[in-house]
Formats: sequence, structure tokens, C-alpha cells
Amino acid sequence: MFSARDEILARIRAVNRPSPVPIPRDYERTRTVPDVLALLDERVADYKAIVHRVAEAEVPDRIADCLARRSASTVAVPADVPASWRVPAVTWLPDSPPLPLAELDTVDGVLTGCAVAIAETGTIVLDAGEAQGRRMLSLVPDYHLCVVRAGQVVTSVPEALTRLEPGRPLTFISGPSATSDIELDRVEGVHGPRTLEVLIAT
Amino acid sequence: MGGRNPVTWLGSPAFPKAAHEALADTQLRRNLRKATTTIRTKRAGVVAELDDWERLRRAGEAIKDDVLANLDTYLVRLEEAVTARGGVVHWARDAEEANRIVLDLVRTEGADEVVKVKSMATAEIGLNEALEAGGVHAVETDLAELIVQLGDDRPSHILVPAIHRNRAEIRDVFRRGMAEEPASDEPRDLAEAARRHLRRKFLSAKVAISGANFAVADTGSIVVVESEGNGRMCLTLPETLITVMGIEKLVPSWQDLEVFLQLLPRSSTAERMNPYTSVWSGVTPADGPRKFHLVLLDNGRTATLADQVGRQALRCIRCSACLNVCPVYERTGGQAYGSVYPGPIGAILAPQLAGDLHDEQAASLPYASSLCGACYEVCPVRINIPEVLTHLRAEAVQAKGKRTPEALAMAAAAWVFADPKRYEAAQKAGSLSQLLARDGRIKRLPGPGAKWTDSRDAPAVPKESFRAWWRKNRVQRP
Repeated sequence: MFSARDEILARIRAVNRPSPVPIPRDYERTRTVPDVLALLDERVADYKAIVHRVAEAEVPDRIADCLARRSASTVAVPADVPASWRVPAVTWLPDSPPLPLAELDTVDGVLTGCAVAIAETGTIVLDAGEAQGRRMLSLVPDYHLCVVRAGQVVTSVPEALTRLEPGRPLTFISGPSATSDIELDRVEGVHGPRTLEVLIAT
Repeated sequence: MGGRNPVTWLGSPAFPKAAHEALADTQLRRNLRKATTTIRTKRAGVVAELDDWERLRRAGEAIKDDVLANLDTYLVRLEEAVTARGGVVHWARDAEEANRIVLDLVRTEGADEVVKVKSMATAEIGLNEALEAGGVHAVETDLAELIVQLGDDRPSHILVPAIHRNRAEIRDVFRRGMAEEPASDEPRDLAEAARRHLRRKFLSAKVAISGANFAVADTGSIVVVESEGNGRMCLTLPETLITVMGIEKLVPSWQDLEVFLQLLPRSSTAERMNPYTSVWSGVTPADGPRKFHLVLLDNGRTATLADQVGRQALRCIRCSACLNVCPVYERTGGQAYGSVYPGPIGAILAPQLAGDLHDEQAASLPYASSLCGACYEVCPVRINIPEVLTHLRAEAVQAKGKRTPEALAMAAAAWVFADPKRYEAAQKAGSLSQLLARDGRIKRLPGPGAKWTDSRDAPAVPKESFRAWWRKNRVQRP
């Protein structure tokens, strides 16, 4: 008796299949935009995320402002975020050793960096690399504060994929969680963080 | 193994009868018109933003054709890559075999409940029912799937399975089916009720089951595209993840995703990008599930691949843009198609996967169309749905075993639809045929049409083709 694998492959090989076709890649790899950071700002905000553009040196102060405004006092954080991001007056819970899931479910929020951001689609990509941590860190808390550095921003989807390593666990985030399941009417906030706040550091 | 393919629902009436019943439901038609009008307008807007949209469509078409041309090579490559990264690959010839594999895996983990990410493949094979029969409860976590599950209902749309329900109806379903009482019938409050209802399930689930939007053969990366975060919950929190995907969901290389991550969200939810896309390759130590199983599903796909015209349906990326523009779908809704795959794509995919031309219901699906061509125009991978519809009609007629005038007409129609230029020309010719008509009937068509009119009168063709009329009239309506 053939295994399912052998049989499926045999069925495919028995078919008179189309000849391979050259793939036309004449679509745009990038686009010229006057101000890529302004575009990212606009497109992320369009998803009803909160966006601020700040000077790199002001990032710690803005982190403190954002958390204070939400009265977020207990905040999870990947163990390797820059020390300056862990501003005073907040109880920081570094994810090392890994925070138990039940604890992660009770924190006021999470602070991470990112790997890449795509201006055209308003997308932030996390790859579990530096300052990003495990996937569940940016998922379970109801508030996600994310710092994007200007050098991480690209214009287009093709540009972003060339910067990413497919072997890593990747999460593309475009705004807060949302659904269009009721009358195809978009509503922000279901299971993932219901509030996404982004600091674009220049 | 073998037996009936559950891609079409047992006991469903043939399309004309089902459509007749659906058309009597005025609430359904109101719900559908509102939803499809909204999404059509939004889609047109985000598609217009990309001046290379047509080039992306052609690239998407070519990549998927390349996948079909080299399917064996890419499947083996994917298997190697997933295995090398700590995943386990299973192969399933049909629904029954896939369901058995998944049930065995769940039992091995000792779980009697699993959380599920919305997946067409698992809906196609009737996985939930099979698990239930094996003593395992599958919890649908996508909001629309949850509405369908709690309402003991059937899906009516590929992307938004509860599109036939309005907010008031959904509130009633939630009141009956969950402990969490929604505060109102505002979508925000309904979403909040679902969040509370599912939170504990996510945090305690041991096993999750998902489908896949794409799988990259070179790298073994699996991609799930979603909105709510229920997908991320399922893909990240449980210890074991089982993914069921059709064998055609491959793309050869990582670079190919740059095409589909642009085509899919804009075609499907009419967004520049969907809220969340997850990509994983096998197992990542200390991040996400510790066990990953990938079930590769045939279930009629290799038989579809053997049909030189029909196989283009395997390019489908399940965006559902064709449903949203279809004048027939907008009026009958999805359930009339009697399959998890409704609308224009369902009318060509479901009968091919079912693979039984003598099944009256499946054989009626290719007739669920006015052949207006709107589906082909919006399809992000350029599936010529009218061409496949007429091809399948011809096959269905031939299966009756006669060289009837109908069979000849269908063969002629299939030839016309195989080429958009021929189709446009034939429509113009059809308008010319009015000159032959008297009292709105054509007594005898010239040339190849004569055999058809030998046995009946043909209705006179209207001055304007339906395709042209629809394009002109549909958008203005509220």
C-alpha cells in the first residue's frame, strides 16, 4: 500500500502540468515619497493607533508621558530594551526569566522596539530580536507601546521583506487588533492589544 | 478512505431551488447589500492607491502557476524545510484521512478541547464535526466563526462567514450562546463580549488548530493573515500547534510573499494591511508552541490540477473579492451555494473538489452566475472564473451522455469565454443578433447557433450586455 505522501506526489506527477512560466517582477520595489516618516505616521494613525514623532533623545521622556497618561504602573518589557527606556516611577517586569502567562495577563501594558516598519502600509514588524522579546509579550497585554527608530523605516512591502529573516518568528502589526466581522464595519480592539501607541524616533 | 467529499453540504438543494428560497428572505438581502456595498467601495479605494496593481496581479498569477507546474518539487522542499526546523509533516489524501490525523494528534496531547483559528481548509473537511464525534470540542475563535458556531448556523462568506447576520441578530446569538451578556448591539460591545468569552480559553488551551494562507517552500515558513489577534493567541500560546493546509497554498520563495502581502489584504478586507500577520518556521525554542504539526491536504486538489482549464481555481488565495462584486451572490447569499466555498470562486472550486459530476447539487453550481465577468476583473490572481464556469457547464452537460444542442452550446460558450477578447466580441455580436429578433424572440440563429435554435427560440439579446449594464448601474446604489 502506498503512503498518502507517495500517492499524492504520484497523482501530481501523473498530471500533464503547465510549463513553468517566467514570473514578471516589473512591479514597484519601492516608491518615491517626499517624507517616509510622515507617511508612516499618517498610515499608522489611520488604523486608529496613537502616533508621536519624537527626537531620539526625548524617547525616555515620551515613554514616561505615555505611561503616565494611561496610569500604567506595571509594564512588561523584553529584558534587552535600552536601559534609558525603563524610566523611573514605573514597575518594570523584565521577561527574564519568562513571565508566567497569568502574570502577563494582568500587567498594564508592554513596551517593545521593532525590527522594521513599512510606511506605505502603516505596519510594524517584530522579529523577536533586540528589544522585542517573545511573541506573546506584545500580544497578551491590552496596551502596546512600540518605539520605531527612523533607520528601521522602509517605504514598501518588498523592501521590508528583504530586511527580514524568514526563519525568525515574525509578527506584522498594522494598528490595534480589529474586526470587520459584523456588517463589514471595522471596529478596533478584539483579542490583541486594544491600544497601540507608537513613538517614531528621529 | 474515500466516501463523499464534505466540501459540499449533504442534503443541500440544487442552486436554483436554494437561490429561490434565499431570494424570499428580505432581511438577508438587506444585510448582504449593505455589507458588500461597503466593502466594494473600500476595496476600489485601496487598490487605486497602487499604480502597479495590474503588474502585481500578473506576478501573483505567474507565481501560482509556477507552484502548480512544480507542485511536487515544492511540496517536498517545504516538507524538508519544516522538518529541519523541528516540525512534523503529515499528508492526507482526503477529508477523512486529514480528520483522523488531527484527531489522533489531539488525543496524543490528552486534550478534549482545542482552540481554532478561522480556516477554510478545516471547514472544507468538516474537521469540527469529526473532532466532536471523537470527543474533542473545537472552539472557533474568529468572531464571525464564533457567531456561526454559537448560532448553530452555516457560513455564508469566505472572509466574513456571518455576513448574513446583522448586529441585532448577532446580539441574540450571543445572549443565547455565551455567559457574557453584550452591553448593546454595537459592534464594539459585541466584540468586547467575545473577548471576555474567549480569554480564558486562550490562556488555558493546550492545542490549537489553524489553516495557512501561505507556506514558503524554500524556508518552511507558514503565514497566517488575520485581524483580531485570535490567530496570534492560537499560534503563540498553546504548547501544540496543528496546521492544516491545502497543497496549493505554497509559494516558492520568501520574496514571493512581497506580492501576496500586497494583493491579499487590499482584495480581502480592503485594507492596506490586515492588523496581524504571523510567520513562523517549525518550532522556535522558548517562543511559541513546542510542537508543530503540518497536515498537507489533497482532498480533490490533484484531480482539479488534472483539468487544464479548471485548475486555475487552485490559484485562489481566498480573498473573497469575487463574492463582494457578484450580482448573484449579493442576492442569494452564500448558503444557497451549499458549500463552505460560496460565490463565483465557490461555483468553480466546490464542484471540482467534490469531483462528482453526477451530484446534482454540485453540478448546478457552475450555473450560479450571469457570466458578467466582474469576478475576473477583481481577482488578485486573475482566475478567469467565467471561462471555468462555462467549461464546467459543458462538462456537466456532457456527463449526461448526449450530444444535445445544450452540450454543443456549452462547448461553444466555453470557447468564447476562454479569451476575454472573444467574450467582449461575442457580447457585441449578441447585441447584433437583435436584428434577427422579432417580438423579442429569435427563431433561428445563424451559423453555429442554429443547432440550438432548431429546438427552441432564443430570447433576444438586450441592447446592452448585462456586464455593461451592471458596471454602469451598480455603484450608485446606497
